Amino acid sequence: MKPAPFAYKKPRTLDEAIALLGENPDARILAGGQSLMATLNMRLSAPSLLIDINGIEGLGEIALKDGAQNGVIEIGALARHVQAERSETIATHAPLIACAMPTIAHPAIRTRGTLGGSIAFADPAAELPACLLALDGEVDAQGPKGKRTIKAGDYFQGLYETALGPQEILTAIRLPAANKDTRVGFAELARRHGDYAIVGLAASARADGKGLKDVRLAYFGVGATPLRPLKSEAALSRGDIDAAVAALDLDPHDDIQATAAVKKHLAGVLLRRVAAQLMEQRA
Amino acid sequence: MEMDITLTVNGERIAERVEARQSLVDFVRDDLGLTGSHIGCEHGVCGACTMRVDGEIVRGCLMLAVQCDGSVVETIEGLSDSGELADLQAAFEQRNALQCGYCTPGMLTAAQELLKAGTVPSREEIREHISGNYCRCTGYHAIVDAIESVAKARMGAGT
Repeated sequence: MKPAPFAYKKPRTLDEAIALLGENPDARILAGGQSLMATLNMRLSAPSLLIDINGIEGLGEIALKDGAQNGVIEIGALARHVQAERSETIATHAPLIACAMPTIAHPAIRTRGTLGGSIAFADPAAELPACLLALDGEVDAQGPKGKRTIKAGDYFQGLYETALGPQEILTAIRLPAANKDTRVGFAELARRHGDYAIVGLAASARADGKGLKDVRLAYFGVGATPLRPLKSEAALSRGDIDAAVAALDLDPHDDIQATAAVKKHLAGVLLRRVAAQLMEQRA
Repeated sequence: MEMDITLTVNGERIAERVEARQSLVDFVRDDLGLTGSHIGCEHGVCGACTMRVDGEIVRGCLMLAVQCDGSVVETIEGLSDSGELADLQAAFEQRNALQCGYCTPGMLTAAQELLKAGTVPSREEIREHISGNYCRCTGYHAIVDAIESVAKARMGAGT
């Protein structure tokens, strides 16, 4: 189908974009457009105005910056998937993102799609929101009242619902840089490579002697937001994979791809695979 | 809302007035008469509209024509005329890697992107790379054969 008519504006500054959002409450931000255009084409959404932020300078960088304790990877809102895929900084300092990247859609979509857009859209079956949560990352937002930072744990609030206000624009995501003790794991099951996952799991942990600590698991495709099974995290920190699987307390709904029972089973399968990845990497 | 855009399509400078909501693939098909780029699903799933913008492959249905103001667009017509895909096209024909041909322009454009890397990808890598391009006729096997044979031939020719 074709989208309903809309107006199109391409502001040159963030302030201009924020002002346009204020004047047009039903406007949508166009970043990579790889989810937005599909929803417009299917007329699931019919905004009066698209605000194309691709003309705003300085939002497309991926950089390693100094943080409080370790380094921080800052990914500008307009950094594209293909950029992350080819980035040495991501490969070295954000290995979980590097693992997830090839599973996100297909090359022609990764050319345009942005990491910021994926986080702003917050599709419950998408990879990057779960990665952000697993890594305990942050989101930078800018609105009429200025800038603020939102922790991943506070950011995902419901189905396609985030802590971003109606006039706020996501400007960057920030992730703690990996160090020698960082362990990550990633796995997903999809009907076709690149499709949205039936169930997926992103994980991070820190090596602790022969074991793991600070295990963070973030499932996607099993609820309205990425979800952390806290009891399973605790069990995995004790090194008990069977207990971690038994403690999974996910409550997925049936969807077009699989029944709730299948999803729950697959969540356990993925947990074993990801646990092996977390433990395998120990030197 | 209509807007003026200027862009380069298959080497030719083009200035047109387009509706803001017009997709890139509708623009090249309806306004420029370049009907080699096909329209399948119109939501980014099937890959029939795969084309190049500024040197990288994109979905023509998930980009607006207005977003291509100032860009360099290459469609299957341009890629075919330049001879860049000639060996790939020949291999598709020889190995029956197409039947109805609907997916073929997008499939060739996507395959060329992989082959540009200048290595011989594994069959698994080829399958992953073309996973975003649906073919409802061939079952993909012959397509993978064709892409693999061209990858090997190009590498052989380079040594």
